[in-house]
Amino acid sequence: MVTMAVQIAREPDGMPLRTKLTRVERRRKLRAFILVLPLLLFILIGFALPIGRMMFNAIHDDTLLTLMPRTTAALSAWDGKDLPDESTYAALAEDLKQAWAQRSMGAIAKRINYELPGLGSQITSSARKASTLSAGPYKPTLIEINPVWGRQDVWSLLKRGSLAYTPYYLLRSVDYQYGPSGQIVASPPETAIFQDMFLRTLAISIGVTALTLLLGFPVAYLLATLPAKYSNLLMIMVVLPFWTSLLVRTVAWVVLLQQHGVINEMLMALHMISQPAQLIFNRIGTMVAMTHIQLPFTLLPIYSVMKTIPPIHIRAARSLGAGPFYAFWKVYFPQTLPGIAAGCLLTFILCLGYYITPAMVGGPNDQMVGSFIAHYTNEELNWGMASALGAILLTATLLLYYVFNKLVGVDRIKMG
Amino acid sequence: MRHSINRTRLKHTDSHDLDHAREKLQSVKKEHGDLMVGGAAPAGEALGQGRALMSGTNSAFVKFSDVQKTYDGETLVVKNLNLDIARGEFLTMLGPSGSGKTTTLMMLAGFETPTNGSILLEARSIDAMPPHKRDIGMVFQSYALFPHMTVEENLAFPLKVRRLGRSEIEPRVKRALERVRLGGYCKRRPAQLSGGQQQRVALARALVFDPKLVLMDEPLGALDKQLREQMQIEIKHIHADLGVTVVYVTHDQAEALTMSDRIAVFNDGVIQQLAPPADLYERPQNAFVAQFIGENNQLHGKVVAMNGTTCKVEIAGAGNVQALAINVEAIGRPTVLSLRPERVQLNPTPGTLPNIFSAEVAEVIYLGDHVRTRVSVCGHNDFVIKLPNSEGLVQLEPGAAITVGWKTEDCRALDA
Repeated sequence: MVTMAVQIAREPDGMPLRTKLTRVERRRKLRAFILVLPLLLFILIGFALPIGRMMFNAIHDDTLLTLMPRTTAALSAWDGKDLPDESTYAALAEDLKQAWAQRSMGAIAKRINYELPGLGSQITSSARKASTLSAGPYKPTLIEINPVWGRQDVWSLLKRGSLAYTPYYLLRSVDYQYGPSGQIVASPPETAIFQDMFLRTLAISIGVTALTLLLGFPVAYLLATLPAKYSNLLMIMVVLPFWTSLLVRTVAWVVLLQQHGVINEMLMALHMISQPAQLIFNRIGTMVAMTHIQLPFTLLPIYSVMKTIPPIHIRAARSLGAGPFYAFWKVYFPQTLPGIAAGCLLTFILCLGYYITPAMVGGPNDQMVGSFIAHYTNEELNWGMASALGAILLTATLLLYYVFNKLVGVDRIKMG
Repeated sequence: MRHSINRTRLKHTDSHDLDHAREKLQSVKKEHGDLMVGGAAPAGEALGQGRALMSGTNSAFVKFSDVQKTYDGETLVVKNLNLDIARGEFLTMLGPSGSGKTTTLMMLAGFETPTNGSILLEARSIDAMPPHKRDIGMVFQSYALFPHMTVEENLAFPLKVRRLGRSEIEPRVKRALERVRLGGYCKRRPAQLSGGQQQRVALARALVFDPKLVLMDEPLGALDKQLREQMQIEIKHIHADLGVTVVYVTHDQAEALTMSDRIAVFNDGVIQQLAPPADLYERPQNAFVAQFIGENNQLHGKVVAMNGTTCKVEIAGAGNVQALAINVEAIGRPTVLSLRPERVQLNPTPGTLPNIFSAEVAEVIYLGDHVRTRVSVCGHNDFVIKLPNSEGLVQLEPGAAITVGWKTEDCRALDA
């Protein structure tokens, strides 16, 4: 035995066995790495990078810093109590002239308009007038051109602009903003819509998750226990929606649920209702359509877990004296929990990001965070707000996932 | 083993049962025919007087009465089953797969309903009784331990179902675990135990609520040979200690012979023979049992004369054999002679045995404790002789001419 080991350890060329093993292992690892490299690069470029960029955009805004360099530099010494001194106004005049000449005034006006709605146009017009100024004193002249330059809140906004990072978008996303003297205050009720929107997103997601569980669990049980020839057919019916476009399915619900749609006509024909019921463009429509779309996502993980539970367990429980319901509840159901957790988590997280369905079958009060992100991205071109809402959604999702992991344990989850 | 059973039965036979038995003594002989199943000849000789008394009366602990079972409405899986099981008995249902033994067990457990006939437990029909009310413990081949519960919780399950208090549950669980020598494993989960340990837990769980009857469905089928043999002895001891009635299903004849008080050999939905292990081996009633239990030489022939308990069978081209007439119909009908390999004598002194034939050695296989010799005799070349590896073992070479002989009482003429 000993001589054999020695022989193996010193193979012909005298190279130690360990070195050879390491070399072979390294080659194997390199090959594995090359195989995953394309996907890794794709994920990095197409997924990790944009998300990182989005998180960054949520707190990063250097519009004022780059477009009004002199003013922001002069303001760094300002104590924020009274109006700035003449030299700051001179810097402002220079910046306005330059911005007017470089046609970058629109970006400045837009940025100021985010925080102080309605001031954008006045700022632009003042820049046009300021562009003709040639000599000081600038302070009274600028205030005369437009009284906005005598406003404390405008100057405190410009001072905050001297930093490239701002919590403004995040604050705004949870209904807070800066007051006139730079302190953080709650947004006025007419613009405080985001807390409600997040709560609504949460409520709809929880509701849809609960509905899919309620509807999906019995079907999953049936699927797992029926003989193959029936369960195959049922399975096709369950996954059929998967093969249909999300848009088509959502539009189909419009056809079914609208004022004179199939459901309403049927209910009226049966004299169950006398007036068409409002089934769409409200919460009912949103929940129905989302539940329908999400059902397979909840059902399939539960089914796959149920498939692994031996039916003999129920028999064993029955033989030990448990009635049919008790056996199900104490022996079968607890074993399905990993599947329930996986399915519900999947559906819940997917629901948080819903956009098209609420937009098509929901009313104005059913819009979820996704619609707002789309609105800021596509219509207002306010990347800061879009990123901040996206960042909050992502953080909340990760947080929920973390809590869930602590409570249930991801290792117990079985996906698909 | 029979001794210990008589002991345990005495322990469990209360005075009421004895009185009852005495009352029914008269009807024992009358009902004897019912006991015999599958058209086999009377096996009364096989049963001890006490057992016949117990099982032949209406006080049988478990009674199958004309039970039939079909799944598809065309073929009977169990055909007209009549079987009495005595209190405290260890009865094994032995047979090849598809012979109806498991179906019979499942009907007793309540998971299958007899298509016809009825099953009585303690003289009460249990046909309409759901499984959880039958108070029958059950051990499955796949153990069927509940994976989400600890060993302790698994054992407490049947007690909790019966609404026992915690103070009562704990000592009973402890005692049951110690009985199977798993005292220190309370907090483990089934997945953390070896196969043998899991099976012991399953056994403890089936016994912990003191069931009237314990059913075991090939409980040792998943264990390796050594562990299986160890568990056989353990189960046997537990049975002897507790005096509980056990119905055991297996396809392993060695297991059946090791453990049982009586064995019911199933084939084709019919009990071919019901007898204690020794009787089954020594005195098989038909060709199937002879073939299924132990090794067996078969010689095909024709009955030429019958003389009370013996008969003369003509083997084509070889001569006449004297055999016990066990299951022969009439003179001129074909029959199969059954002969155990270890009962064949090599080169007997001429005239000492009624059956002596010349043979030729075809193959010699050395098996340590014995030498298995295949010879060609009476036109059959699959005739096997087992020669014990003891002093005076004759060295045989293939092709050697020998003579073989056997006693009349070792050769049984059975159904063809």
